[in-house]
Amino acid sequence: MSASDTVLSCQGLVKRFGGIVATNDVSLELRRGARHALIGPNGAGKTTLINLLTGVLEPTAGRIALQGQDITRLAPHQRVRRGMVRTFQINQLFASMTPLETLGLVVSQQRGLGIRWWRPLGRDGGVAERAQQLLEQFHLAEVANQQTEHLAYGKRRLLEIAIALACEPRVLLLDEPVAGVPAGEREELLQTVAALPADVSVLLIEHDMDLVFSFADRMTVLVNGAVLTEGTPDEIEANPQVKAVYLGYEDEPLHV
Amino acid sequence: MLTILFDGIAYGMLLFVLAVGLAVTMGLMNFINLAHGAFAMAGGYITVLLMQRADVPFLVCLPLAFIGSALLGAVCERTLYRPLYRKTHLDQVLFSIGLVFMAVAAVDYYVGSTQQIMQLPEWLKGRTEIGSLGMGHYRLFIIAVCAALTVGLQFVLARTRFGSRLRAAVDDQRVAAGMGINVNLVFLSTFAFGSGLAGLGGALGAEVLGLDPSFPLKFMIYFLIVVAVGGTSSITGPLLAALLLGVADVAGKYYIPKMGAFIVYSLMIVILLWKPNGLFVRQGGKT
Amino acid sequence: MSAQTDLLRTSRIKAWEPPVWLLAFASPLLFPSHALIINEIAIVGLFAVSLDLVLGYSGIVSLGHAAFFGLGAYASALFCKHVNPDPHLGLLVSMGAAALLGCAASFTVLRGSDLTRLMVTLGIALILLELANKLDWLTGGIDGIQGLMFAPVLGRFEFDLAGRTASYYSITVLLVLFVVARRIVHSPFGATLKAIRDNRLRAMAIGIPVHARLIAIYTVAAAMAGAAGALFTQTSGFASLDVFEFHRSADTLLMLVIGGVGWLYGGIAGAVVFKLMQDWISGITQQYWGFWLGLFLVVLVLVGRDRLLKPWTWWRKA
Repeated sequence: MSASDTVLSCQGLVKRFGGIVATNDVSLELRRGARHALIGPNGAGKTTLINLLTGVLEPTAGRIALQGQDITRLAPHQRVRRGMVRTFQINQLFASMTPLETLGLVVSQQRGLGIRWWRPLGRDGGVAERAQQLLEQFHLAEVANQQTEHLAYGKRRLLEIAIALACEPRVLLLDEPVAGVPAGEREELLQTVAALPADVSVLLIEHDMDLVFSFADRMTVLVNGAVLTEGTPDEIEANPQVKAVYLGYEDEPLHV
Repeated sequence: MLTILFDGIAYGMLLFVLAVGLAVTMGLMNFINLAHGAFAMAGGYITVLLMQRADVPFLVCLPLAFIGSALLGAVCERTLYRPLYRKTHLDQVLFSIGLVFMAVAAVDYYVGSTQQIMQLPEWLKGRTEIGSLGMGHYRLFIIAVCAALTVGLQFVLARTRFGSRLRAAVDDQRVAAGMGINVNLVFLSTFAFGSGLAGLGGALGAEVLGLDPSFPLKFMIYFLIVVAVGGTSSITGPLLAALLLGVADVAGKYYIPKMGAFIVYSLMIVILLWKPNGLFVRQGGKT
Repeated sequence: MSAQTDLLRTSRIKAWEPPVWLLAFASPLLFPSHALIINEIAIVGLFAVSLDLVLGYSGIVSLGHAAFFGLGAYASALFCKHVNPDPHLGLLVSMGAAALLGCAASFTVLRGSDLTRLMVTLGIALILLELANKLDWLTGGIDGIQGLMFAPVLGRFEFDLAGRTASYYSITVLLVLFVVARRIVHSPFGATLKAIRDNRLRAMAIGIPVHARLIAIYTVAAAMAGAAGALFTQTSGFASLDVFEFHRSADTLLMLVIGGVGWLYGGIAGAVVFKLMQDWISGITQQYWGFWLGLFLVVLVLVGRDRLLKPWTWWRKA
């Protein structure tokens, strides 16, 4: 993996909360077009790591670089401007807006129209077209004009991811995208995740092992805030330590 | 100057007793209650009216003020406040402002708008001078009572079962309920107790602060300053904030009378800008 | 493109809007003896609209918006007294002064909880009240600045005692600034404000510079409140301490709540209802208006704000 291929990296990332070490000397590298999964038991610090990478939390120590540039001190919204976008494990949506308005807003903001105050939203910049495109891609076209707070959970989850994609990310951090999604709506979501553009680098946190093993080409295992091991899915599957951590014993397969 | 410090401390301790109930209920119920001053006013008026019309001695009035305000608080909590815990802060602000307006108008109607004169018992009047330090006896009394209350409060919080239930409910309401703690009862008794303390503070403070129907409005900002600066996750926070506020206010008005209250407000803004969640925030606790 | 028409639907001028404004402009002619209260309604309506930008569209609970109103009032008074009695220049000066204060004060409402913001906004208004009180060589202290004579509007229309010029002047300024506010809330910028209000965390996560946007809207809202203050002074001829008083901030908050937060016309509707009610009730019981106001607030919140306020939602919601 050549250095110029690395899109997102962190070195020696540490986060302490008082006496608790939530993130313990984590180093990670994401190359262009990666399909990288981050797995680990509950409480391993996966979401904390995402919060550190996106700037929601300030690291106690360590460095983060995006496209080769140090972003450790950069504000969250500026990291988004540079192409690092995330989704949230618990839906973070704009309750009073419709999916169309939400995506229209995100696209406007992404295209630098967010400071325009005189002309109405949707008049310029091809915003409406792009929003419509995204609505169709994420199977939200039928509910485009309903208030977000009235949508079914599966649709809200789709909107959650659509928002991230509307930001035209170069690096996409997905925090448990199918969490809590009813079985009937998982397929829709899985298809969308599988259809992400090839040059977008994706870091995926997931507990669903089927999804992880079908999606990822590389995996990192996080336990108690520290990296246990990293490698290809086959390597991880064969690793007895990983099995011990997840299953308590080493003989059963990690997934079917 | 020592006298100023002394007066400031007395004022600060009084503010603490008045405001501590607000701090705890804010931390517990996450409810912005701008009507807290009305309970203080109730205690003040109970005391004054009992003394004036029923010749009840001052010292007896104090616990009566506490009980009266506590009962009033309990009734209000059960009937009016409880349905509103889930509402937005804007709704809570509007509601409590409405209560204050009603309380102010009601007192004005029944008792009149003139300031009430408090007749202190003889043994509380007078001063003692030690060098440059002049200590009014009444202010000494206030400091003593408030200090005792503070120690008592700290004991209840740290050493009793009720205290630990209260602390658990403040930290995480749902978990506390899941552990079998009767959260409703904790809310009710805490609110009643806090209102009782406010009433006691109102009774104690009537002589020092002045008592008239506009009391809740005049002093609302002081209580809120104590809570905002002191934080809602401990009682030492509001205590220190109240002392700071008391000394700053008395000193400011004495040394720079032209800019009296200006000092206090500016200080508050500066502190809140520096530490938006209050000066004393417990690590890991809910702010 | 149907998506575009859907997006633009909310920003289109509704059929009922032009008649309402025509009615507003006709009202001083239709009710000449009430021109003074029409003027008052226009002024507090403008003030309420400016508060809606902060509260309804950006989610900042402020109890001290009167700071900007009062600053605008005194700025106009001082400008007229010492520099130039032209009301239009005075209006611009007031808006500029209020905008400066708003920009400076906006840094105080960026972080912290609702309580913190409440305290800080209240504190700033109280500080200004204290300053106006104590700097009596400049502001006239308790007496305020009185007997101001402003030049005629547009050089032609003198401020008459009946208040006709005043009401037309105020309604015009209200309309102009209302149009600006309306444009803002329907624009991409306005959408980012609503996003910040609904979910600040997510707004940050889609690249919105939250602090910069809040500073901008707070400054604009302050300038509008300052304009309302200027109108107050210019149409009444004096400026006194009560422009900074808490009850002014609280009353306006209430007006906004009555009319409906977050749809701009709420401020104006609330102003109309509030002022008329106040006029009527004060006629009946001068001293205890506060009690009924308080009772109204308590009932309002207990019943549920959104159910009471927009009559057409009584049928929509259960």
